[in-house]
Amino acid sequence: MGTRREFLKGVLASGAAATACAAAVPALARETRPRPPEALGLLYDATLCVGCKACVAACKAANDNPPEFSTVDHLWDTPLDTSGHTFNLIKMYRNGTMEVKDQETNGYAFMKTSCMHCGDPSCVSACPVSAMTKDPVTGVVGYNADKCIGCRYCVVACPFGIPKYQYDSPTGRIGKCELCRHRYKDGHYSACAEVCPTGATLYGKTSDLLIEAKRRIALKPGQPARFPRGKLGGPDQSYETPAGKYLQHVYGEKEYGGTQVLKLSGVNFAKVGMPDLPPDAAAALSETIQHNLYGNLIMPFAVLGVMTYVAKRNVKPDEESSDKEDI
Amino acid sequence: MANNQHAAPAPVGGSLVSALTLTCGVLIALMVAILAVRFLFGLGAVTALNDGYPWGIWIVVDVVIGSAFACGGFSVAMLVYIFNKGEYHPLVRPALLASLFGYTLAGAGVIFDLGRWWNVWNMYWPTSINPNSVMFEVAVCISLYVVVMWIEFSPVVFEQLGKREAKKKVGKAMFFIIALGTVLPMMHQSSLGTMLVVMGAQIHPLWQTPLQPLLYLLTAIAMGYAVVLFESCLTSSAYRRKLETHMLTPLAKVMLGFLAVYLVVRIGDVVVRGALPKAFVPSVEALMFWLEMASFIAPLILIGAESNRRNPAKLFLAGILLMLGGALLRLNGFLIGYETNVGDAGGFTYFPTLAEVLVTAGMFAIEVLGYIIITRRFPVLPREDVQAAH
Repeated sequence: MGTRREFLKGVLASGAAATACAAAVPALARETRPRPPEALGLLYDATLCVGCKACVAACKAANDNPPEFSTVDHLWDTPLDTSGHTFNLIKMYRNGTMEVKDQETNGYAFMKTSCMHCGDPSCVSACPVSAMTKDPVTGVVGYNADKCIGCRYCVVACPFGIPKYQYDSPTGRIGKCELCRHRYKDGHYSACAEVCPTGATLYGKTSDLLIEAKRRIALKPGQPARFPRGKLGGPDQSYETPAGKYLQHVYGEKEYGGTQVLKLSGVNFAKVGMPDLPPDAAAALSETIQHNLYGNLIMPFAVLGVMTYVAKRNVKPDEESSDKEDI
Repeated sequence: MANNQHAAPAPVGGSLVSALTLTCGVLIALMVAILAVRFLFGLGAVTALNDGYPWGIWIVVDVVIGSAFACGGFSVAMLVYIFNKGEYHPLVRPALLASLFGYTLAGAGVIFDLGRWWNVWNMYWPTSINPNSVMFEVAVCISLYVVVMWIEFSPVVFEQLGKREAKKKVGKAMFFIIALGTVLPMMHQSSLGTMLVVMGAQIHPLWQTPLQPLLYLLTAIAMGYAVVLFESCLTSSAYRRKLETHMLTPLAKVMLGFLAVYLVVRIGDVVVRGALPKAFVPSVEALMFWLEMASFIAPLILIGAESNRRNPAKLFLAGILLMLGGALLRLNGFLIGYETNVGDAGGFTYFPTLAEVLVTAGMFAIEVLGYIIITRRFPVLPREDVQAAH
């Protein structure tokens, strides 16, 4: 007797599912997002870096981070890598006799390690609670500890190994460079760029920094040229020095769709710790899969409709079998 | 469907105190002690987690693998209620019980690993949620599914407590609960695989593919049946009950079907993406890949023939092998094949501490202990004429 009612219910369910499917937007790929036009960032030029680590100290001070020791005497802040308490670090590449700076064999070089502020950041896509966000105007990838659940998916997801968790505390946070966004209101900008004596770390709009980067790699090695320091477009602190020998590659121009921190180097980027990344961000692929499967919950509801219909036909309330021993 | 042909479920009865339950108790006590240290002094105090390996066995084993092991309830319910194979009905309750424990603990286990667990409500807070995040989808589906499974299991409790009215009420909505109980695991088990996609090239090419959701879903379903083979044989032997071979033999065939489809997709994917040569480079990853593949292929060889599927020992072993294969797929993807993608890296290694292992052991101990207590006291397993279980 219930069969017709069940049939009608099933028709309704499939009807709803069909309507939902018809209303669905056609499966779309979520394209890799470019940097926002007004994106802020840094240009790090390894050929200008002298490895003084003033930026490392300034970053610690600007972010109220404690020193981290790697020597027995615990005299100075000597972190070996970025961590939940160290957001910026200058690493050194060494090879053979280390005679010539910025040379791959028998040379040495420096490389800054800090957040790249990706145009399409994996950490922001990964974060389940929007604790990691990308500012729509400045593009700064910021962190909100009040939302963060400490799942560390951002740590796992970042191709640069940047967000890091403070394992040494029961209330540990994620630590990462936020481009000193908390210092803007006082007229300051990124501490690392503010203190850099050679302009190796330069702060500014990424679009301007990219032009500057391209100007530099077009220079003839040894050719005297002017190099700005501090903030690009800020007060003139530039100086003249012979141009370094650059690889014809602005790292961050195209990697993962483009990052807001750009880098220049004389030594192969992979050798100084910058991974080879495709022009498409992993976040774009991940979200394409996710939204095609679950966008507006259309598929889940369609499947649920079908399942409910079939289950309704097949499930007989348990008590009927035990009470009356029928069905 | 004709569940009246089967014996109605009944409590197994017998003593709750045994060497096994006492061992479980000790393991659980150790886990509680370790967790106290973890919550007082932080994750670093008890785990080997580090900046290069932010996820360890608490996530990969307890949650990713643990929840896949808990797919028995979903796999069997789908077979019985969606494909209308009533002959497997007696397997539903025990499978559901194991799933219930597996998932509830996976959900609870996440909390141990969350560095800022007191903020976890943000996962459900409208202004905090991030629908782009694969983990958000996984977390919400798992939370919902745990609730759904408790409702699915509630008739067992009502039955034992003599609350007929409540049981009847739940029974009326059961078809919808069951439907939800098939859709939700499909969603999050597939998404557990999708979680790897955003990690990009940090995942070894043998385990990084856009087909993740399909691979994880197919293996989760197959593992669900494998767990039922395992659990049914184990329960029968531990409680000295009749083996359920008459149901397990055809069930194993269904399992092999899903396994065969999985292998075609998996091998096809590795070949098409050009990742196969990586399996022949001498490396830990290649070794683990072949171990994983061997564990998946072995059940096909072991119980591929109908006659072998009637042999309970072979069914049991095939179940274990498939569980191992699925576990390795997850372990390899999330840990072995994971490498923080920073140039000179290499500095990072991860091997779980004894404390981490003990917490994982404690979680499994809760499952085993809970299963024993409930099957002995609640009507889960089919009634047997001769009750020899003491």
